[in-house]
Amino acid sequence: MSPDAPFPPIGPEATRRAFLRRALKAGAAIAATGGLAAWLWDRHPPGTLGLRAPASALPDFRVSDAGRRMAIVTGTDRVRTLRRALEAMGGIGRFIKRGDRVIVKVNAAFAAPSVLCATTHPDVAAELVRLCLGAGAAKVLVTDNPINDPESCFALSGIAASVGAAGGALVLPRAADFADGSLPGGRLIRNWPMLLGPFRGVTKLIGAAPVKHHARAGASMTIKNWYGLLGGRRNQFHQDINGIIVELAQLVRPTFVVLDGTMSMLTNGPTGGSLADLKPTHTLVVSTDPVAADAFGATLLGRTFHDLPYLSRAAQLGCGTTDFGALQPARDDVS
Amino acid sequence: MKITTARRVAQIFFLTTFLWLAVVATVGTGWMQWRGWPISWFLQLDPLAAIGTTLATHSLLPGFGWALVTVALTILFGRVFCGFVCPFGAIHQFVGWLGRRALRPKDKMAANAYRPAQSVKYYLLIGFLAAAALSAGDAFVGSLQTGLLDPISFLHRSINLAVLPSADVAFERLFPGGRFAVGAALIGGLFVAFVLLNLWIPRFYCRFICPLGALLGVLARPSLWSIGKTTAKCNECALCDVDCEGACNPMGPIRGSECLMCMNCLDNCPNVSPLAYVARPSPGGEVVGHGVSRRGFVVAALSGLAAVPLSRVGGATGRAWSPALIRPPGSVAEDEFLARCVKCCECVRVCPTNVLQPAVMEHGWEALWTPVLNNRIGTSGCQLNCVACGYACPTGAIRPLTLDRKQGLGDFEKSGPVRIGLASVDRGRCLPWAMDRPCIVCQENCPVTPKAIYVSEIEQTVRDGVLQVVSVEGTTLGVRGARLAPGRFASGDYACRLAGEERGHPIVANTQDTLTLDPAQKMPDSVEPGTAAEVQVRLQRPVVDPSLCIGCGVCEHECPMSGLRAIRVTADNETRDPRHAVLLSEHPS
Repeated sequence: MSPDAPFPPIGPEATRRAFLRRALKAGAAIAATGGLAAWLWDRHPPGTLGLRAPASALPDFRVSDAGRRMAIVTGTDRVRTLRRALEAMGGIGRFIKRGDRVIVKVNAAFAAPSVLCATTHPDVAAELVRLCLGAGAAKVLVTDNPINDPESCFALSGIAASVGAAGGALVLPRAADFADGSLPGGRLIRNWPMLLGPFRGVTKLIGAAPVKHHARAGASMTIKNWYGLLGGRRNQFHQDINGIIVELAQLVRPTFVVLDGTMSMLTNGPTGGSLADLKPTHTLVVSTDPVAADAFGATLLGRTFHDLPYLSRAAQLGCGTTDFGALQPARDDVS
Repeated sequence: MKITTARRVAQIFFLTTFLWLAVVATVGTGWMQWRGWPISWFLQLDPLAAIGTTLATHSLLPGFGWALVTVALTILFGRVFCGFVCPFGAIHQFVGWLGRRALRPKDKMAANAYRPAQSVKYYLLIGFLAAAALSAGDAFVGSLQTGLLDPISFLHRSINLAVLPSADVAFERLFPGGRFAVGAALIGGLFVAFVLLNLWIPRFYCRFICPLGALLGVLARPSLWSIGKTTAKCNECALCDVDCEGACNPMGPIRGSECLMCMNCLDNCPNVSPLAYVARPSPGGEVVGHGVSRRGFVVAALSGLAAVPLSRVGGATGRAWSPALIRPPGSVAEDEFLARCVKCCECVRVCPTNVLQPAVMEHGWEALWTPVLNNRIGTSGCQLNCVACGYACPTGAIRPLTLDRKQGLGDFEKSGPVRIGLASVDRGRCLPWAMDRPCIVCQENCPVTPKAIYVSEIEQTVRDGVLQVVSVEGTTLGVRGARLAPGRFASGDYACRLAGEERGHPIVANTQDTLTLDPAQKMPDSVEPGTAAEVQVRLQRPVVDPSLCIGCGVCEHECPMSGLRAIRVTADNETRDPRHAVLLSEHPS
């Protein structure tokens, strides 16, 4: 184009009408850009995130009128001891109502067969599912974020098969299921990745754990079982194992917990790996107070709550009582 | 039904089967899981994998009976595997058709003209087979590198390690928690590149690169039947060249070894013409050679032969063996491993924890895309109760193990478990060893019975932990000497040892200048002001027992030192090579 060529016209005609039309389009484009920016506007830009008070990662799942109760039933058949213990607590209907969505948090930490008792027994998991469904629960989810490969853990422990047969839904942790969660006022659980995805819409939480020796914490029972709700590099918390268990006791307020001491792992915990690590203690506990359940569990391991510092501290913080006798636990034998 | 329709049906069937076997290669008994599916069947059908491993090891595994079927079919009918069966070929053909379907016949014909570069694949084949065949007694065995370009290995790798995990990223249906493969971008990038090259020249990979196609081309040379003419002359309309996949010049003289048996020429040929699938030789004339010159043959063979000693001089299979090269359990010793592995990565695919990864170049170029454990990736280390990889391996590079054999139980008690390596604690990084912080996650998670990691206990005085008592009130001591961080010593791991006492008193609470001791432990009758009080942390420090460690890597995976782990597995003491043993034998043989 030569330098003195006429400037090409923008439209067919440079009329007032054409100009107004173009001005309208320009205005719409600017408004659209502004609207898009407003829609995408980050009201919590980096730098102010830490100032927000973290909300509790989990709601309180306790049933207000159930009170603090505990049942201790001896016997070898887990289904019978569990059923009897729940009857003694006033029946499953006291805790699970029609339409409830329930999570059963099992301990499926290791890819080991159930006979080694390093994981929640499949009979316990399945019976809890059946009882909840029988009480009218709309859905019963069973989940954990295990240490070994999740699929292998649920398969080898027998939990996947038994829960499936009982009509429960097994939830394998997906990356998308983890979200940052906090314990208000907590020191360790602050914006920490937690397995919160399955909790959407859930109204009741049941913990089910075996009685195990634990090299670092002394024992792993119902409260340590909540460790499986943590994600991320959670192993760092072993620097302060009692601290993290206490925070879990504060954060997680279950509907009730089941502590399975039918066989107790006395040595080599928490993995075990040999029948020689196990001792038949033939006791199963159901409790609305996890601290009391664990304090009782300590006795199955030949210890007292004094040997597990997290129990006294959790009790001081109002998570329960180490004096399980004060709950006047119902006792029975179905062996 | 037209023969081309039959060919398309077969291609769709075999590609779908291939993809199905890729999807179900997950350990488990669900309907979309492994169950009993023959996930490595296409590799067993693959004569290149069969001949390569046989040349390198002088043994033919029974599973390769399927490859004999392919060989027999090729000798009888030509390269029907390429045209009807090969799933990679089906992808190439489809993409090539998609990109060129609107072109004028003249341009299609130009793309389908024979090019001398089609002999490159034969030179590659010659080089690969020469490298595999080379053995020098006990000094070394050949190096099997066919898997780099074998289309079945290539497609398994691409689909399993790049395509499926990428497609599943957002859904996590196939791989809950995600799936990782080291160097997936290279694997997937090559796949995309070779697929896109079909837009330039149809069946690019098949015509120029594919060493399996070259092998089948050689086998097809004496085939009883092939595409050809029934008479010497036709009206030479050249319509047969328009959709020719192999660029084999069906109008004649035809290059039978290049013909992919796509049968498009039969479809395009006007009825009056004499083009047909005929008993050979075709009256229309044939080019029997492969475009391989004698000089080229010698150069390719010598290059392949020379590549093996050259790479061995690097020492990766000798004294400079890589301690980071941890092979899956059941693997044979490294030189035989390199003579067997076809780099299909089926083992990597089935590994339930994703700990098994394709090697890139860090263990020498010969080990490219062979399986290696990476304990930082995946959901856990190598699982104690898993033997999946050995059952996925089609070539015996990883031997199938029973659980008893793997764990050294039952009949195998005396020979002990299969060890893939040995863990060792880095005492300069380990929290309890180096930083006076409690931890022992590794010890807890050790799956071996009895645990291969045990702890050495010590009460260690903490930094600035030497204090003097200034006051006593019940079990609460007022102290001076350092300002204490409030609550820091209340975790249950700390104790206060008073001068003259054997045992420390567990600390249950502290402020910046007081320590509250556990009332359950009896206090001395009187504590004078000025008494020395030391704050001590009870540490359990992990120690590995090498006679029990199997190298599974669960400890390394769980170690909270998230970057460079403080406990790490190396291939030392692996059972597959007695030269890598660390301990003296404890049993008389």
